[in-house]
Amino acid sequence: MKPLAWIGVAALAAVPLTGIGNYPLHLIIMCLLWAYVYTSWSIMGRLGLVSLGHGAFLGIGAYTVVMLWNHYGFSPWLGAPLAVLLSLAAALLIGLPCFRFRIVGHYFALVTLALSEVTRLVIVALRDHTGGSLGATPNTALAQGNTWSLDALQFSDKRVWFYVILAFWLAGLWIWARLDRSMTRLALDAITHEEDAAASVGINVTRSKLFVTLVSAGMTSVGGVLYAQYQLYINPETVSGIGISLQMVFGAIAGGMFVMLGPTVGAVFTLLLQEGLRLALGDAFKQFPALDLAIYGLMLVLFIIYMPKGILGAALEWRARRRATPAAAPG
Amino acid sequence: MLEVSGLTKRFGGFAAVSNVSFRLAEGEILGLIGPNGSGKSTTFNVVAGLYAPTSGSVRFLGEEIGALPPAAVCHRGIARTFQIPRPFRRLSLLENVALAAFYGRGEHPPRAKAWEMAKDALALVKLPTHPAARVDGLGAAGLKKLELARALATQPKVLLADESLGGLDEQEMEQAADMLAMIRRERGVSVVWVEHIMGALMRVVDRCIVLDHGEVIAAGKPQDVARDPRVIEVYLGTDASAVQAVTDARVA
Repeated sequence: MKPLAWIGVAALAAVPLTGIGNYPLHLIIMCLLWAYVYTSWSIMGRLGLVSLGHGAFLGIGAYTVVMLWNHYGFSPWLGAPLAVLLSLAAALLIGLPCFRFRIVGHYFALVTLALSEVTRLVIVALRDHTGGSLGATPNTALAQGNTWSLDALQFSDKRVWFYVILAFWLAGLWIWARLDRSMTRLALDAITHEEDAAASVGINVTRSKLFVTLVSAGMTSVGGVLYAQYQLYINPETVSGIGISLQMVFGAIAGGMFVMLGPTVGAVFTLLLQEGLRLALGDAFKQFPALDLAIYGLMLVLFIIYMPKGILGAALEWRARRRATPAAAPG
Repeated sequence: MLEVSGLTKRFGGFAAVSNVSFRLAEGEILGLIGPNGSGKSTTFNVVAGLYAPTSGSVRFLGEEIGALPPAAVCHRGIARTFQIPRPFRRLSLLENVALAAFYGRGEHPPRAKAWEMAKDALALVKLPTHPAARVDGLGAAGLKKLELARALATQPKVLLADESLGGLDEQEMEQAADMLAMIRRERGVSVVWVEHIMGALMRVVDRCIVLDHGEVIAAGKPQDVARDPRVIEVYLGTDASAVQAVTDARVA
């Protein structure tokens, strides 16, 4: 599997060298970016901490870095770490009381949902600074024929962003794999199912949950920074609030949150679905603005009922079953 | 080494435990028995850190531990089992026990060491140490053994065993009692053993305390306790034959 993975990464890295058009390259970049964000979500989601509030971390990441740049001239190199710190503080604010008072399952999901909406509402309410629901654009550093500015982290060449985001996606997978092999993962698996028993063998439940929550929130806020710097336009709906939070849950669950590449498959699937829906239902979208959300919601329910392990999870299981019983296979 | 004094635990207006005191000596197996609702499980859960006492104290090796949460109690060297086994079903047997070995003392041993400790604990209770062995195949007795292995992997000084005989048949009960005696012998742990039936327990414990309605009604050597009129009264009709059998066995 190892050499196959390297070949896959090399093939992916070679994509921009093929003279691929800007639009397909943009789609691939968005796929990788969402794959990274969904992976970040799954790091805690698969351990029983289902957050409907990751839009908050994405939004804090995106808005902190853009606001600091636009209003104070802070380079994203400084803004990004501050954005991560701020999102960690938000995660702590929500996580600590939830974990200490054993708010789990549906209740935890509801608390995080509130965090996500509060973040969106704060961004909208501070419209004098954030541009409100109209969104915000980072002041451009690309005037007078400059095609890139390292200080402002702005690059007009999509190929640069492709490699940057590819690197973060790989880093996200590495963190996943690292965590997967750790005792922390076993401990959280134990906590998910038998919290009292886990505490009774000396596992610090609050600390373990906080740890993955902080990792996941921090990673997600970096996703927000990348989104803002790549798109050079953010608005409250696309980086925070219920819509984007649900999209993360949907992507991760549809792809399969229990396998490393599941959220990535989910990102591809979500993107194809989005583009497909846009083509198929273009006019209907104008009449029913929330139609896409309704479709996501319905599909999420269907996935949870019929394919709880997601596309990749189900596919791997199917292959394992086929291998286990080769003699019984027909033909 | 473990000293409970004047322990009272109220839930609202109901005193589940009132003014219970006992002392566990090093290397001792102490039986804590009583019918359902007598307060033994509450006492047990206060010592294990699940509930904070309303009043009274729990001291372990001279340190007050009454207010500590379960994980901290475990780190001090007091491990517990659960009456209804609570295995981590998604994990293998070895992983179940390795977690206890890794986290049990607060300071983490190297991982390889934790896996070795886990294998030792599984072998001690005669469960498979193979990495692929799962929880699913275990019966009632196997799950009880897993509870013991997991508790032992935390390297405790005191083992709190919660109804290790519950749900077992006669033969399994005798084996479970022997196993606790063997664990004390092999690991040098002291044991507080909570049980609502006397049966096989009386053969193994050094001393026993009988609770009823949250109060201690008798304490002493098992054969003396079994002859105590108040204990017989409490158990009469429910477990009188067992009391009689144990009394006979001890006298003989």
